[in-house]
Amino acid sequence: MKFRIEPDVRPVVTSALALSGAVGVFALAFGVLAVGAGASVWQTCALSFFAFTGASQMSAMSIISTGGTVSAALGSGLLLAARNGVYGLALSPYFGESLGKRLLAAHFVIDETTAMMTAQTNPRLQKIAFWTTAIALFSLWNLGTLVGAVLGGSIDPHTYGLDVGFTAAYITMLVPHLRTKNGRIAAAGGGLLSVALAPFLPVGLPILASGLAIFVGVKPQRAQVSA
Amino acid sequence: MNMSWTLVIWLSIGAYAFKMLGFVVVGSRTLPDVLSRCLMLIPAALLGAMVLNGTFTDAQSIVIDERAVGLLVAVVAAWRKLPLIVVVVLAAATTALLRMA
Repeated sequence: MKFRIEPDVRPVVTSALALSGAVGVFALAFGVLAVGAGASVWQTCALSFFAFTGASQMSAMSIISTGGTVSAALGSGLLLAARNGVYGLALSPYFGESLGKRLLAAHFVIDETTAMMTAQTNPRLQKIAFWTTAIALFSLWNLGTLVGAVLGGSIDPHTYGLDVGFTAAYITMLVPHLRTKNGRIAAAGGGLLSVALAPFLPVGLPILASGLAIFVGVKPQRAQVSA
Repeated sequence: MNMSWTLVIWLSIGAYAFKMLGFVVVGSRTLPDVLSRCLMLIPAALLGAMVLNGTFTDAQSIVIDERAVGLLVAVVAAWRKLPLIVVVVLAAATTALLRMA
């Protein structure tokens, strides 16, 4: 069988692969950090396979690692997962009516596939962008998680500063959200709220409470950039 | 540690439910602008919280310790656009060294 990539498809595939490679490295960090927070290799891998939404997985494990409850971890993970619902709305018109296909595609509706798909100009490329990103990214995210989780078992998290490793990963994820004024206000407001409330709430809840900072978005703003 | 399969299962179900909600249930109808604007700010607020809460609190007290230096290193590294893995390693290593001292 002859396999040929057409010229207009090549840049789409190239950027999907590059993006997925970077995400694979991130998955490696997630694997190490999750196991350090007390998850088993299987639990860590199951999160990447079934939950498949990076920031949610990270925040849930981060709350567990600091001694927060399952409810607090779940709350924070789900709050972060809510934006995928908005992505789904944005992508929905690009997909056909087939329910089975939609149910399958839904699992892959995340930051990266949304960005890649909406960056294309015609329906054919949009479809290619979504599925190449989905397949490459899902594969590398799960592979990276497995490798990280296996390596992570031999590391004591406190001694090696892994708690700050979590924080460092969040900073890199936060950067694109700081491009808008509302993003910056929400980040600073949420951050300050979560520290100020720490003495008064059980561990984990200040993170949830920081979600109140999103109401800064009630007021419209020029040139909203979503990341 | 409080890690459990309950968390894994509910986070997986919840995450898929959200993805499906927009994609399958709501379909091509649109959300009010104000609602999607607010929802899109969730990552900024929560990531900001995880950075500052994770650095400056210990259980229920507000503290400044080795983690603050690690945070500073991470911010500088991210600002210089270093790759993710380098940012994570630099921040963790700085904190680890300070903890040894």
